[in-house]
Amino acid sequence: MLENRKYVVIGFFCLIGVLYLARLFYLQVLDDNYSLGASKNSIKRVIEVPYRGQIYDRTGTKLLVDNTPVYDLYVTPKQVRISDTAAFCRLMNIARPDFDSIMGLAVNYSKVKPSLFMRRLSKEDFARIQDALVDYRGFSPKISSMRTYPSHTMATTLGYVSEVSRKQLDEQEYPYYRQGDYIGHGGLEQQYELELRGRRGVKFMMQNVHGVNKGSWKDGAYDTVAVAGQNLITGIDVDIQQFADSLMQHKVGAVIAIDPATGEILASVSAPTFDPEMLSTNSFSKSYMSLLRNPYRPLFNRPIMASYRPGSTFKLIQALLAQQDGTLSPHTVYGHAGSPMRCHCRGGQDLRGAIGNSCNPYFYQVFRRMIYNNAERNTFKASAIGLAKWHEGVEKFGIGQRLGVDLPSERLGNLPDVPYYDKMYGGANRWKFSYVSSLSIGEGELLVSPLKLANLAAAIANRGWFITPHYVRGFGRAGAGLPAEYTQRHETGIDRAYFLPVIDGMRRTMVNGSARSVNLPTIDLCGKTGTSQNAKFGHRYDHSVFVGFAPMNDPKIAIAVFVENAGWGSDVAAPIAALIAERYIHKRTISKHVATRMMNAYYLPPAESGSMYRKPAPRRSRTDSTRTGQPRRTDSIPTPKALAPKPLMTNQPRPVQSAGLAGN
Amino acid sequence: MPRSNDPFSQDIDLLTLVLYLGCITMGWLNVYAAVYSPEDHTSLFDFSTNAGKQMMWIGTSAILIICIMVVNHKFFDSFAYLIYGFMILLLLLVLVAGANVKGSRSWFKIGSFLLQPAEFSKLATALALAKYIDQPGINLSKGKDLLYVCGIIALPCVLILASNETGSMLVFASFVIMLYREGLPGWIPAVGISVVVLFVLALMFPLLYIFIGVVVLLGLIVLLMPRYNRNISNLISLGLVGVGMMVVVVGVDFFVNNVLQKHQRNRIKVLVDPTVDPLGVGWNVTQAKIAIGSGRLHGKGFLEGTQTKFDFVPEQSTDFIFCTIGEEHGFIGSAVVIVLFLGLLARIIVLAEKQRSRFARVYGYCVAGVIFFHLMVNVGMTIGLMPVIGIPLPFFSYGGSSLWSFSILLFIFIKLDARRNALARW
Repeated sequence: MLENRKYVVIGFFCLIGVLYLARLFYLQVLDDNYSLGASKNSIKRVIEVPYRGQIYDRTGTKLLVDNTPVYDLYVTPKQVRISDTAAFCRLMNIARPDFDSIMGLAVNYSKVKPSLFMRRLSKEDFARIQDALVDYRGFSPKISSMRTYPSHTMATTLGYVSEVSRKQLDEQEYPYYRQGDYIGHGGLEQQYELELRGRRGVKFMMQNVHGVNKGSWKDGAYDTVAVAGQNLITGIDVDIQQFADSLMQHKVGAVIAIDPATGEILASVSAPTFDPEMLSTNSFSKSYMSLLRNPYRPLFNRPIMASYRPGSTFKLIQALLAQQDGTLSPHTVYGHAGSPMRCHCRGGQDLRGAIGNSCNPYFYQVFRRMIYNNAERNTFKASAIGLAKWHEGVEKFGIGQRLGVDLPSERLGNLPDVPYYDKMYGGANRWKFSYVSSLSIGEGELLVSPLKLANLAAAIANRGWFITPHYVRGFGRAGAGLPAEYTQRHETGIDRAYFLPVIDGMRRTMVNGSARSVNLPTIDLCGKTGTSQNAKFGHRYDHSVFVGFAPMNDPKIAIAVFVENAGWGSDVAAPIAALIAERYIHKRTISKHVATRMMNAYYLPPAESGSMYRKPAPRRSRTDSTRTGQPRRTDSIPTPKALAPKPLMTNQPRPVQSAGLAGN
Repeated sequence: MPRSNDPFSQDIDLLTLVLYLGCITMGWLNVYAAVYSPEDHTSLFDFSTNAGKQMMWIGTSAILIICIMVVNHKFFDSFAYLIYGFMILLLLLVLVAGANVKGSRSWFKIGSFLLQPAEFSKLATALALAKYIDQPGINLSKGKDLLYVCGIIALPCVLILASNETGSMLVFASFVIMLYREGLPGWIPAVGISVVVLFVLALMFPLLYIFIGVVVLLGLIVLLMPRYNRNISNLISLGLVGVGMMVVVVGVDFFVNNVLQKHQRNRIKVLVDPTVDPLGVGWNVTQAKIAIGSGRLHGKGFLEGTQTKFDFVPEQSTDFIFCTIGEEHGFIGSAVVIVLFLGLLARIIVLAEKQRSRFARVYGYCVAGVIFFHLMVNVGMTIGLMPVIGIPLPFFSYGGSSLWSFSILLFIFIKLDARRNALARW
C-alpha cells in the first residue's frame, strides 16, 4: 500500500518538471520581450560623429570656418589614484574646491563610467598636461572638435553650430538628430547642413552592467562607418571681405559684392559685425544673449534681410524699362518744369546726363510716359495698365521676390503691383500716376535688399542677364556639385543696346556727376548714387546708397553699399564701394587717404534701447579714433553711447590681418 | 572478500553514474561560461577563476567518492548518529567561530577556502533519519515516532536558522517526501501544500477576497456533498477547515508584515510582484528572466551570452547558474538539464524502491527529496516561479561545499545500492 506512494512522488516530480518546462517554453520561445530586454541591456549604440565640413574662401586655400581639435578630459573615479592632489590641481589649473566638486559629481554619476572632468582643452593645454597625465590613472582624453573662424569675418553669413533645439528635434521628418547633437543654425551652416554634417557612424558595443564597454558586438558586422562632411568652397574673397569689414566699422549697413560673370558673392558685410568666434560653442550662451540685446542688431544679416528703399539707384531700372518700352531714347531731354519734384541739377539734360546727375524731374517724366503709354484715355485705368506692365518688367530683375541666394531667411522686399494699390486706395481705379509717382525715383512703397541692388548692378554689368547670386561655388572643390540654378542665366528682357547709354550715364556719375567728389582715378567704376528716404520718416538723416560695377568694359565686380543714417549716396556709400572695387581689381589699396577717412567715419546713430531709430542724432566724426592711425578692428561692436557702456566683447579682439592700410 | 568492497565494481549503478557525470560536466562548462570574459579569454583551467577552482572541487570530489566506495557499507549505518552528532557540533561551532560572509555566520574559513557545514548537515540528517526509521516497529502515523523524527529534522534547522541561512534551512522541508513514502499520513503534506497555496494567495490578494473565496468554496462543497453525508459533525469539521484556512491567511499576513525582516519580505513579495523592489531583488529576477528569455529556442551559443557575461545577472556562477544555461543553450539546453535531473530523480526513486533494507530506502528517498527541492527552488527562482532563496543547483553551481555535499550524498546511496546488487548476486 505504502509502496504505491512512489507513483505519487514520481508523479509530483514530473508535474513540477512539466510546469517548469512550460514556463521556460513561454519565456524563451513564445515571449520575445525578454530577448528585446537583453539587447537593450547589453548592446549599446555608440554614435561616431563625423568631421563637419570646413568652409573655404574662393581660392580654396583660406579657411573661413575650421575645425579645431579640442580635448575633453574624462575621469573614471574608481581608477583614480592621486597622491598629491595639490600638484594635480596646479597642473590642471583649477582650484581645490572645484576639483572636489567635479569629482563629487563624477562619483555621484558613476564610479566605473567615465564622466566629463574638463571640457574643451585646447591643443596647447592638452600638450602641456599630456605627459603628466600618464602618472594619474583614471583620466582619459577624448578628442572632439570645435568650430573656429580663422578669418574672423562674416559672422551672420556663416551662421553657427550649436546643440539642436527641442523644437528642431520634434519637427524633424526623419529622426536623425538626437538630444545633444550639434546642428547648423542660420547662414551657410544651416543652408548646407546636409552637406556639411556628413553621415553619422553607428557602432554597436557590448557593455556590462556598469555600462563599461566590452568590445564590439558581432565583431562589428552591423556597424556603419562615419562619413566626413563635405567642405564648402565659397566665392568669398577674404581680402576684400576683411577690407570691407574695416570700412564698415562705426556704421550700420551692408556691403555686398558679386562677380557678375558667375553670380558668386565676393564679399558680404553686415555692419555692425562681430567675431564669429563669439558664437563658437564654448562661449555661445554667454555671447548670444548680449548680441541679441544689442540695439544695433548685429545678428540681423542685413545684405539679405534688410529692406531699404532703393532711392535713386532705382532710376537705372526705370531708364532701361522705358527704353525697352519705346518711351525713352538716349537723346530724350526733359526739363524741371512740370514735375513736382525738386532737383539739385540744372535740368535740361539727356538720359546720360540725367543718370549722371541723378535728375529727379527727368525720371518723373520718364516714369509718367511709361505708365501712360497705352490706348486707355481714362488716366485711372491707364495708370493701372501701365503699372502692371512696369511691374512685369521690374520683376525680371528679381525685385519684389526672393532671388534664391543660398542662405535661409532671404526677404521678399516689396514691389507694389495693381492689386496692392487697389487695396491701399480702397478699390480699383481710385488711384493714378500722380499717386504713385514717387516710384519713379525708387521711393514710395518700394523695398529692396542690398543683395537685390548688387544683382541689379551685375545685370547691368553683364548688359542684360544675371546669374542668381550665391555664396558657395562648389563642394570639395570649385564647381563641383553646384546646383543648376547657380549656373543658369536669367534674362532681364532688356535689349543689350539699351544698356549702353545707362552704363555711360553711370560712368558719368563718377566722372562729373553726383559722385564726382569721390571718384577714384585708379578704376573706371560705373555707379549710381542713391539716397534712401529715411529722414522723412522721423529720422534726421537718409540712408546712403550706392550701386556700381567695375571696370566699365570688362566688369569684374558688381557692388551695392548701404550705410544707414549717413545722408547722401555720394557721401559714404560711393567711396566705400569704389575702395572695395579698387582693392579687388588692383589687389591693393591705392587711395589710402580715402580709405582712412572712410574707416574713421562715424555714422552710428545713438541707440536707446528698443527705439534707436526714432531719435535723430547729430552727425559727427570721431576724432579720437582718427588719431590712432592703427588698423581698425572689425570685430568690435560699438556700444550705444546713450546707454551705460558695457563692453560686449569680453574675449580678446583680433586685428584683421590684411585689412586697412598697412598692406601692399 | 565480497566484491562490493571493490570501488570499481560493476555493481555501481551505471545509469546514475552517467547522469551524475553529465551534470558535473555541464555544470563545470557553464561555470566557465558564466565567468568567461571575452576580453581576456580566460582558460578553462585558470585556477584564479571559479571555473578553475570548480575543476579542483571536481577532482577532490572524485577522491571523496573513491573513499566512500572503499569504506564498508556498514560504516554509514553504524556511524549515522555519530555523523549527525558531529554535524550538530559543527553547526554550533560555526555560530561561534564562523567567518561572516554576506551577513550570515555559516562558513568556516580554512585558508582561502570557505566551507559551509549547513550543506553537509542535510546529509547527516538524512543518515540519522534513515537510521531511526530503520528501527523495527517505527510507524510514522504514530505521534511519538513522528515527534522523534521531527526532532531529528528540527535540531539542525534551528541551528542553521540561527546562523542566518534561511535557504539551507528550508531544504529540510524536502524530507517530507521521504516521510510520506514511509507512512506519514497523507493529510499532513496536503495541509502543507494548502498552506503554501494560501500563503501565495494571501500575498497576491487582499484578505477580504480570500475570505470570500474560502466561504464560496466551502458552500460549494456543502452543496455538492451527498445528502446523507450532510450531518452535523461533517459540517462542523468543514467549518473548522474554513476557520483554519482563514487563520492561516491572517497568520501569513501578520507573519509577512510583522515578523519577517525587510529583505526576506521583499524576496517573498517580489515573487508575486517584481516591481516591489525593482533595483534589488526584483532586479535580480527581472535580469534572470531576461537572460533566460533571450536564449530563445537554440540559445546564443557557448560563451556567447551577453546578459550573464556582463554581470547583469547576479551570482551567475552560483545560485543563478541556470541563467547561463538558459541564455547560451536556449530552451533546448534548459529542457535537457531539467530532463536530466528528472531522470536522475526517477532513477534514485526506482533504485530506492529496490532496496532490501529500510535504511537504504529511506536514505534514497532523502537524497531524491533534497535534490528535487534544490532543483525546484533554484530553477523556479530564475524563471520567476519561486521566491529568491539562495540555494544552489546541485552539481551545476560553483562551490566546493555544495559540490562535495551533493557528491557524498549521492554516492553514499550508490554505495548502498551497489551493496544490494552484490548481495543479490551472492
